[in-house]
Amino acid sequence: MAMLHIVNKSPFERVAFESCLGHASEGDSILMIEDATVGAVDGTVFSDLLKAAMADKAVYVLGGDLAARGMSEDRIIDGIKVVDYAGFVDLTADNEKTQSWL
Amino acid sequence: MKYTVMINEGPYQHQSADTALQFVRAALAKGHEIYRVFFYHDGVNNGTCLSVPPSDDRQIQKEWSELAKEHELDLVICIAAAQRRGIMDESEAKRQGMDAHNIADGFRISGLGQLIEGGIQADRTIVFGD
Amino acid sequence: MAIKKFMYVNRKAPYGTVYALESLEVVLIAAAFDQDVSLAFLDDGVYQIAKGQDTTGIGQKNFSATYRALGDYDINKIFVEQESLDARGMTADDLMPLVYEDEDDDWAEKPSISIVSRTEMAAIMAKQDVTFSF
Repeated sequence: MAMLHIVNKSPFERVAFESCLGHASEGDSILMIEDATVGAVDGTVFSDLLKAAMADKAVYVLGGDLAARGMSEDRIIDGIKVVDYAGFVDLTADNEKTQSWL
Repeated sequence: MKYTVMINEGPYQHQSADTALQFVRAALAKGHEIYRVFFYHDGVNNGTCLSVPPSDDRQIQKEWSELAKEHELDLVICIAAAQRRGIMDESEAKRQGMDAHNIADGFRISGLGQLIEGGIQADRTIVFGD
Repeated sequence: MAIKKFMYVNRKAPYGTVYALESLEVVLIAAAFDQDVSLAFLDDGVYQIAKGQDTTGIGQKNFSATYRALGDYDINKIFVEQESLDARGMTADDLMPLVYEDEDDDWAEKPSISIVSRTEMAAIMAKQDVTFSF
């Protein structure tokens, strides 16, 4: 009964991302879109928290949103998978339900 | 798979209006069914026909209308949210004694029950907002 | 059709934006459908059900009394996160007493609010079929 958590807030501005990590269950997936994609970058004040969550959750980032914010894929944390909108749709189909962290 | 999509932000103000449009396009391209798109909060502004964005910018409201026509989408604008924000169809304008209406092609105005019913009927409910 | 579990997640303070008010409007409509309804208040959402809201200084209608009517709509599963209260220097005493009358227990008045830990909230969220976030 896995859930896809969709986050769209930068972890440097709002608590939504951190709150999402605190409520996602083992085996869930997390997808970063819009401003949240900057949270995928390695070496930030947020990256250790995200890496810890990756121990038992799959993490994805919407590639177009990351690129739009000037962050290249080679800067993101190892293990985060880059998806496009088709991949976004697949994630919503593969997980039985979704929760948006607005 | 059958989807209900909720859109809570207006076009141009917040990217979620764009993301939702892209998501719906991608879902349709994959052969999924969009059972309903429900516009709430400032999301009702996606359904105005009086928007005139610069010609070199995307035309979000028009794109919804075209997508609705092509795929027979059910685009529902919440009546309570629409009344607050000045989005009206012809019959609502008449009922309120207004001399103008501004709902775009392919949208219809209805109640919040349509959102709940969408959540009941669909396999997946996805919320886009701020 | 099987009954689905609907959760309404509230994470924003009232009045600064319209989300709290319009979320409440959705919940009141949802009550008319025979579905399983839960409300979650976490992060700044806990301010939505804070006691003593006074909007006379801002020219907006105080809609906090509507939360107290939820019990009459058979909405009595209201989860508030302990960690969110703690972080804001609040306790359960700072919240409005939301109650319902239990028809299976001679209409005894019972509290609708359950204060839960973040871990418990995560488990409750994981059980939902449809989650609307505001």
